[in-house]
Amino acid sequence: MSELSVNHLLGIKYLNKQDIQLIFETADHFKEVINRPIKKVPSLRDITIANLFFENSTRTKLSFELAEKRLSADVLNFSSSQSSVKKGETLIDTVNNILSMKVDMVVMRHPNPGAGVFLSKHVKASIINAGDGAHEHPTQALLDSYSIREKLGGVQGKKVVIVGDILHSRVALSNIFALQLQGADVMVCGPKTLLPKYIDKLGVKVETNLRKALNWCDVANMLRVQNERMDISYFPSTREYTQQFGVNKELLDSLDKEITIMHPGPINRGVEITSDVADSKQSIILEQVQNGVAIRMAVIYLLASKIKQ
Amino acid sequence: MSQKVLLNEKEVNIILHRLACQLIEKHNDFSNTVLIGLQPRGIFLADRIAKILREDYKIKNIHLGHLDITFFRDDFRRGEKTLEANTTNINFLVEDKNVVFIDDVLYTGRSIRAALTAIQSFGRPNEIELLTLIDRRFSRHLPIQPNYRGRQVDVINNEKVKVNWKENDNEDSVYLIEK
Repeated sequence: MSELSVNHLLGIKYLNKQDIQLIFETADHFKEVINRPIKKVPSLRDITIANLFFENSTRTKLSFELAEKRLSADVLNFSSSQSSVKKGETLIDTVNNILSMKVDMVVMRHPNPGAGVFLSKHVKASIINAGDGAHEHPTQALLDSYSIREKLGGVQGKKVVIVGDILHSRVALSNIFALQLQGADVMVCGPKTLLPKYIDKLGVKVETNLRKALNWCDVANMLRVQNERMDISYFPSTREYTQQFGVNKELLDSLDKEITIMHPGPINRGVEITSDVADSKQSIILEQVQNGVAIRMAVIYLLASKIKQ
Repeated sequence: MSQKVLLNEKEVNIILHRLACQLIEKHNDFSNTVLIGLQPRGIFLADRIAKILREDYKIKNIHLGHLDITFFRDDFRRGEKTLEANTTNINFLVEDKNVVFIDDVLYTGRSIRAALTAIQSFGRPNEIELLTLIDRRFSRHLPIQPNYRGRQVDVINNEKVKVNWKENDNEDSVYLIEK
């Protein structure tokens, strides 16, 4: 197996176990590359990649851009706030206009779930989904699993709890798919209002008591409360949310074992996680960010190698 | 598919010792020299040469690394298959060092071209030399020649040279295989 089974990365749902294995092995090599004095390889010098961000992003956009540049690809950046989308242009028209400038690959973040899938059916370019609404964020889930593999030696059989706003989270769904594909045991934990109905049908455990969840798990992935996606109140106050679902050092120290803390960022310090936890030895938040570049280099490299000349 | 023995175990052993001696002649105590085996097949030869230098000629400070050139190759997206990478293991800087690339077979010279670019990620070497066990004459696409060669052979394009190592293939030998 030296090739991905897909031509686009639209979601973890479309990948198999071997694909994830291949991405991780390739990322291992790129991690070594980005720790060299000169961190660049020339593989993609004849590939042009457009980063289309129809929704705000700092980390993901920078991480993709850096990954592309370290592979020597040419990069076009686009954000909807400064574009003709505001003038009423459709998504397909926007993308086809960009593609007519000889672009080979599109990295897209979009507020609507399924935007990547839709685009992949209508345009000739390799599409990487960098987050589509509350649906999937595949590269984030890949780098999360990769970081767990690095820290704990593997993902198979590990117990991972995803804590917080599951309802509005694309990171949660992609993580559930990725972790289950690799044989991990997954639990979700949060206020009932922020847990989707029927989430247990995905084969995950559901818990509303944070202490119980943390005592069960090896890894806790703390999600941000996505206030910008909330049109109604899902909990009485931020203070009450923090009291019930925030992790602080005291709670962490009172557990039976030492667990690993993850966060996809951006962190709301003092809400879902306190500063002393975020900066503690148990936290691998900054490793996640570093691994993000290696994982995205691997995904881009493997997809680009399937683009015919 | 027919095959013919080019070198047997005894001949390989004699050649390895000769190559090691030639390296000593040029590099003395190897204080400013690093040996770089090229992935995937050059690493066995590099490991073997380093072992002879250390054990038979008692040279202590041999710096040995493995370099993978996959991301520097010039045939990305030109073949059917995805190019699979191997591990690079160079835990020293090559700045101002005398670098010796070690590979089993020198054919078109394209791998060496890639290696010349790849090594620059680790610094600017003082000079770079090439050691190869088998030099396939008349098949070069680039102006690249070895500084140390084990055996020069004339091989036509539809023939393949296969180097076997005990560590990997259960015997030390070189075969000429007709495709």
